[in-house]
Amino acid sequence: MEAAHAHDDSHDHAPSGLMRYVTTTNHKDIGTMYLWFSFTMFLVGGVMALTIRAELFQPGLQLVRPEFFNTMTTLHGLVMVFGAIMPAFVGFANWQIPLMIGAPDMAFPRMNNWSFWLLPPAAILLVGSLFAPGGGPGAGWTLYAPLTVQQGMGMDLTIFAIHILGMSSIMGSINIVTTILNMRAPGMTLMKMPLFVWTWLITAYLLIAVMPVLAGAVTMTLTDRHFGTHFFNPAGGGDPVMFQHIFWFFGHPEVYIIAIPAFGVVSQVLPAFSRKPLFGYPSMVYATASIAILSFLVWAHHMYTVGMPVEAQLYYMFATMLIAVPTGVKVFNWVATMWKGSLTFETPMLFAIGFLFLFTLGGFTGLVLSVVPVDVQLHDTYYVVAHFHYVMVAGALFSAFAGVYFWLPKWIGKMYDEKLGKIHFWLSIVFFNVAFFPQHFLGLAGMPRRIPDYSLQFVDFNMISSIGAFGFGLSQVFFLYVLLKAIKYGEKAPQRPWEGADTLEWTHLPSPAPYHSFEKAPQVK
Amino acid sequence: MSSQTGGYYLPAPSHWPIVGSIGIFFLALGAVLMMNDGGATATVVLTTGAAIITYMMFGWFGTVIRESESGKYNEQVDVSYRWAMGWFIFSEVMFFACFFGALFYMRVLSLPWLAEADTQALLWPDFQNTWPISGPGLSEKFTPMGAWGIPAFNTLLLLSSGVTVTWAHWALKKEKRAQLIWGLLATVLLGVVFLGFQVYEYAHAYKDLNLTLEQGAYGATFYMLTGFHGFHVTIGTIMLIVMLLRSIYGHFTPRNHFAFEAVSWYWHFVDVVWLGLFVVVYWL
Repeated sequence: MEAAHAHDDSHDHAPSGLMRYVTTTNHKDIGTMYLWFSFTMFLVGGVMALTIRAELFQPGLQLVRPEFFNTMTTLHGLVMVFGAIMPAFVGFANWQIPLMIGAPDMAFPRMNNWSFWLLPPAAILLVGSLFAPGGGPGAGWTLYAPLTVQQGMGMDLTIFAIHILGMSSIMGSINIVTTILNMRAPGMTLMKMPLFVWTWLITAYLLIAVMPVLAGAVTMTLTDRHFGTHFFNPAGGGDPVMFQHIFWFFGHPEVYIIAIPAFGVVSQVLPAFSRKPLFGYPSMVYATASIAILSFLVWAHHMYTVGMPVEAQLYYMFATMLIAVPTGVKVFNWVATMWKGSLTFETPMLFAIGFLFLFTLGGFTGLVLSVVPVDVQLHDTYYVVAHFHYVMVAGALFSAFAGVYFWLPKWIGKMYDEKLGKIHFWLSIVFFNVAFFPQHFLGLAGMPRRIPDYSLQFVDFNMISSIGAFGFGLSQVFFLYVLLKAIKYGEKAPQRPWEGADTLEWTHLPSPAPYHSFEKAPQVK
Repeated sequence: MSSQTGGYYLPAPSHWPIVGSIGIFFLALGAVLMMNDGGATATVVLTTGAAIITYMMFGWFGTVIRESESGKYNEQVDVSYRWAMGWFIFSEVMFFACFFGALFYMRVLSLPWLAEADTQALLWPDFQNTWPISGPGLSEKFTPMGAWGIPAFNTLLLLSSGVTVTWAHWALKKEKRAQLIWGLLATVLLGVVFLGFQVYEYAHAYKDLNLTLEQGAYGATFYMLTGFHGFHVTIGTIMLIVMLLRSIYGHFTPRNHFAFEAVSWYWHFVDVVWLGLFVVVYWL
């Protein structure tokens, strides 16, 4: 190929204004859209969460009807998982993977656009289900049969929304895998890739493997609802527990789909602010791959109480505990990266360290829950709710915040206000713990999840938790202010604001990164 | 209208994705309305969605074909398409695995459990588990589909079509255009005949065997597995027809014809799924 690139000034004719974003084939535009979409859905899902916490502020039925409460727990889960966290990390992938591997763009720019633009229709169907006759879905985000088979039209809208979200994820993942495998700059061998890129390669593989399984599961729900099949009905030889097996075959890898890119972000941020290379890079790669493989083999630990044979419980218990080994490797490496480093504590580093502490705590409660006799007591209690919010919020979300503060200078060419960023961090971490730490106690004391009322001994901790939740919610509105202030009034960012950051986007590209970057691939030594 | 950077083709802004998204939105909404007795509105919404998606497919694939034929794709782009098609087929494998899994779960676990001590005594005391069966709570009788009539013949058809498509591929690589066209035509015809037999089989099952989607474990897995497979054969046949037309128009060169290869990969995949179906749905 000729080195002189013959690009016939397409960007001069490119549509401007809204149509620029509707028709764009640029990974940076698409990444930005993913991130804003995700933040919007984060606020929508947040309002739902606060509806739940407002109702639970006091015992008895206060604000909403129980059916609506069920809808809130269901949609909060679905919106946060599929609308907020997953698109946030796909946004990071879009922005960062081409920059970090020295590619001109994603492998399939048009399909990339479609992956994003499938999300708004899906979100309209999903959130619009609230206005369907009979209300939205109220079976929990896990969509267990037979409840899903009995609900109204809102459930059908949810099912189709999931189909569309699945298409988006599969196309996005194929794009990411292809980009990573085929678009790396010369010299960028697999084992030289930044760890964030590795984690997305593995995540994308997981997504391609399990999203079709979820599609199959909700399709069976749909045919059970409308076409007379008996997949989840024992009268026809089916079994509602079969839905749980299929769902969690998707659902457990899904947990890692959310967590693994978060590991990737943290693995970029910690070395940058420790001014040391990542400790044990190859073991990080192997640990991530091991987690991904193990994630296919442990799904039934979500359903110990359905009445499975004790041999199966034992297998799933030990297999689940095994995941603690590669996860431990990762936590060890992160700590060892910081060991004797020249640490500074800018906002991204603070969020990364917050992640390290709280995600590890969430991991430990996960280990507690993996023990069958303990889980039989704690199943479907607030202990489980506390556990997975430590993983999802303090794990994935904090890592996303770390990533936003870390890469914002490269994206917009301006610095955020360090003081405000730190305030955002401290507000978030304090209110997060106020909201969720008491839920461990509630669960241990036996408070069931997904119930709008509770008995009187749970009042105090629920009040504290609700106060924390509202504080956490308001802190995220503050985050919006921090962002907008940076975009409008931020100081100009240097090419490399973090002296310890050494990946291609910092060493080769100015801030903000130009609209077309790496038109000529850099040589990686 | 597009930039070629370092040789890798990067397409210009495109309106096809948003057209597709609007189409999908109407299609999904229409389907939901139809399943909830939406009447004429549902039909209009559904048809609108399908029409928009068809329009998008013509436009988008047409664009890609024109780009490919005008030589804009270099070898690296070709490799991208190869990776992508491979991973797409992997996702399809997982989709079918889900329904095969449901079949195995019912046959190996849930049906035997229903015929076991406590469960049996509490639920359906007379239930005897023999395959094929609808389920303990369903009283209508049905006749299962035999393996060695139409299904065995269909196996033969699909396996032959795998041979003809490979024969066409050899021809393409040796620049024997006539053999390419005949090979593709034969493959398309075998696919169409297969689908014709499937339709006939379904009609026969519903009319004469009382084998319907409502017939519990056997009925549900039979129709979902063969139905989704038939749907994939339909898509594959449409793709083969496009390849046939493109071959007649003189597209493809011995070195540059990944569209053809992608379709043949897909066709072989559909073939392999059928073998699985034949063994575990029809035969065993």
